[in-house]
Amino acid sequence: MSGFTLPSATLLAQSVLSGVFVGALYGLLGLGLSLSWGLLRLINLAHFAFAFLAAYLCYQMAQMGVDPLLSLGLIVPLFFAIGAALHAAMMRFRITPFNSLLLTFGLTGIVEALIQTIWTADYRKLESSYGEHNFKLAGLYVPLPELITLALAVSLSFAVWAVLRYTDLGKALRASAEDSAVAAAFGINERRNALLLAGTCSALASIAGVCLALGFTLAPSQIYAWIGVVFAAVMLGGLGRALAPLIAGIVIGVSEAVTMAVTAPSWAPLVSFTLLIAILLFRPGRAA
Amino acid sequence: MNQGVAAVSMASAAEAREPSRWRVPLAIVAAGAALAFVPALGLPAFYDSLLYLILHWIVLATSWNILSGYTGYFSFGHGAFFGAGIYTSATLMARWNWPFLWTLPVAAAVACVLGVVVGAIVFRVKGIRGEVFALLTLAVTFVLGTIIVNTPIDGGNGVSLAAVPIPKIGPTPSSTFYLLALIAATLTLLVAWAIAVSKLGAGLFAIHDDEDAAEVMGVPTYRYKLIALAISCALAGVAGGIHALFLNYVTVGEVFTITVPLTVVLMSVLGGTRHWAGPAVGAVAITLLLYSFTAANYAVAGKAMIGVILIAAILFMPDGILPRLQRLWQRRRGDRPAAVLARAPLPTMPAHASAATVGGVLLQARGLAKSFRGVKALAGVDVEVRRGEILGLLGPNGSGKSTFINLVSGHFLPTGGSVVFEGHELAGRAAHRIARAGISRTYQIPRPFAHQTVLDNVALAAMFGGGIATPAAARREAMSWLVFAGLQDKALDRPDALNLHQRKFLELARALASRPRLVLLDEVLCGLTPSEIDDAVALVRRIRDQGSTVVFVEHVMRAVLALTDRVVVFDHGELLAEGLAAEVMRRPEVMHAYLGQADDTESGRA
Repeated sequence: MSGFTLPSATLLAQSVLSGVFVGALYGLLGLGLSLSWGLLRLINLAHFAFAFLAAYLCYQMAQMGVDPLLSLGLIVPLFFAIGAALHAAMMRFRITPFNSLLLTFGLTGIVEALIQTIWTADYRKLESSYGEHNFKLAGLYVPLPELITLALAVSLSFAVWAVLRYTDLGKALRASAEDSAVAAAFGINERRNALLLAGTCSALASIAGVCLALGFTLAPSQIYAWIGVVFAAVMLGGLGRALAPLIAGIVIGVSEAVTMAVTAPSWAPLVSFTLLIAILLFRPGRAA
Repeated sequence: MNQGVAAVSMASAAEAREPSRWRVPLAIVAAGAALAFVPALGLPAFYDSLLYLILHWIVLATSWNILSGYTGYFSFGHGAFFGAGIYTSATLMARWNWPFLWTLPVAAAVACVLGVVVGAIVFRVKGIRGEVFALLTLAVTFVLGTIIVNTPIDGGNGVSLAAVPIPKIGPTPSSTFYLLALIAATLTLLVAWAIAVSKLGAGLFAIHDDEDAAEVMGVPTYRYKLIALAISCALAGVAGGIHALFLNYVTVGEVFTITVPLTVVLMSVLGGTRHWAGPAVGAVAITLLLYSFTAANYAVAGKAMIGVILIAAILFMPDGILPRLQRLWQRRRGDRPAAVLARAPLPTMPAHASAATVGGVLLQARGLAKSFRGVKALAGVDVEVRRGEILGLLGPNGSGKSTFINLVSGHFLPTGGSVVFEGHELAGRAAHRIARAGISRTYQIPRPFAHQTVLDNVALAAMFGGGIATPAAARREAMSWLVFAGLQDKALDRPDALNLHQRKFLELARALASRPRLVLLDEVLCGLTPSEIDDAVALVRRIRDQGSTVVFVEHVMRAVLALTDRVVVFDHGELLAEGLAAEVMRRPEVMHAYLGQADDTESGRA
């Protein structure tokens, strides 16, 4: 409880930088969540469980000597299939948005138990060669794993944005989200597109998971630690928009980091959740 | 009338279906009293603690259900209100040396005030429902937790209550906690039951199904949600206060989590959210299940099991265990309860008005206007409705007819103008107050409350718009309106068992059950077959004959000519013509508005 202490310019700049890095991960985690909520009308809490499962798989493969980024070659298709299968089941039972929240929470509990059974509740940290390649730029410490996360988050967000905006598939997806009956009347194969999108969303979750493994210590209970702040980023950005989670994530990340530097780390959650409350109160239509 | 007798007997049957009024509360109290003797059995302390936990979750889940289950506003903020109770109690005991029992009412009050403050803000914003409400309340939990951990209330180290004496209510400390939780659970179940069978409960269930329609029918939705939230929070606060001392050491990390709301949601969804006892059933099941796993050191398997159960419940029992059991039970006893004969009261005419007194102005709209972001749906119209008449409201699609009805009934707020009804200004009033003032309406697309019987749908309007105090009296009133609309045989069915024609008549019965002086009918005939239209025309005439003034929007000209005393014609949001139907429809400007400009273009070409 030190109250306000003005940090030095370097410390502040370092905080902003680390805020950008962690914000990029918020954005990457939020990307798939926002797409599935906005375009499929499903709130997938299991998104976080998938990310952690991917992170643990990446960790396991790294233990066996596989480079974390190479492990993406196996992890991404695997999670694409898992996501598509989950969505097929949800469509089969005609799950409402609210029930999808409860159902995927149940799934999260199962995945958490699975992780805990295989890898125990202990903290695990992936030791990769990337962690050793850190450098200083203009007096600021730049960790390579976080830089990789930022690069992946930015490039994937732009890729999704371009697909949604310029391709027929993207236009079809947006049309289905707006009015599925009319879209279907125009010959859009909604079912196939939805499965494709759901698969993509969980593939994005798994990529975020690999980034998570690169930069953070893993524990099964940590799954829940990310939910609140990532939801805040998703809602702040607006649903179903590709670039919004990244921008909102970085805004939240930076404001958290500065809050931590100026006051105490324990105040950080106040920033994201107050932002979330304010958005929900003033722009409730964003989520509707 | 034979029909009437049979019908009213069914209304009595519907009442008879609910067991006599005091059986349920007596059973709750008796169960509570019997369980109070458990400590006398001298079981090991560990059983007291297990039973304590079951009762603790019964209180939390049942209190959550009072707002969230009944109205469908799923709160994920129950941890915040529970936590407010915990920290209030803990602070009073540890810092101010208050005796434990005295902290409980304060814990309830603090949680209640917190809930009312949150609700007063959140419920004011339209569109905060479902996921948004869930996330918002969850965020409140984390904000509150962050504030507490960073202020001297907690200070980041938690609050220890090791030095606080435990009052000697039971023979041992663990039995004391058990007895306290037992009292709280009994109280909570009584409250949950009392609300479910009261007028408040009827209003809350209506909010669950269709909040806008409930408001238009006279339910003060904002106030009811706030009352439900206040009660829900106060009970959670008591549970928190007791739990503070039970835990002996409280930390923010364990209190303000997502675990409490998710557990109570799980318990309630599993047990059944539309029944007062559903959450209690779920709480017993889940607590025992979790316990059997932790006891055998399979906590991880327990976690997975909870997930599996939640998924299975949502997929295969979306209504919960209790409603499923109830349905099985009813099927075994035979579908319908036996009919009981009773007198047949047909709707009597309201004393204040009858068809004879045509003439005086009942409602006067002046300069009534509504714009949607610059689009003028209604550009300032003057309309006068005279007592006892049937006024037709005509005009092409998009001319502002439905907007007029939506403004007068309070569904929309007008952007300008005034509506004076029986000398009172209505413009800007909440819809439920307009309903109580004596105006009711139907929707073009019927909006029945999907989870309630046809009878209860109508009873709700009688209760709120018509100011009847008890559900039982409202059902008697409702039954006579079902007879009036010819729906008596469907009284105990759900609305989804009705065809369109019957749904339209249900809308009419609902609109009439509040005994309005003015009924606004929005295209009741649209989509009906010619013979159904004849029935409906006869019914509208009977509505006027029993004393209500009628404004009706209609495209079916045959019905307009047969029914109306006068018509007004709207076009592009403005008043185009007014007068007798047969005369007005012959005016060239009206024919233009309806049939377009074919004559003009032809003459222009010539």
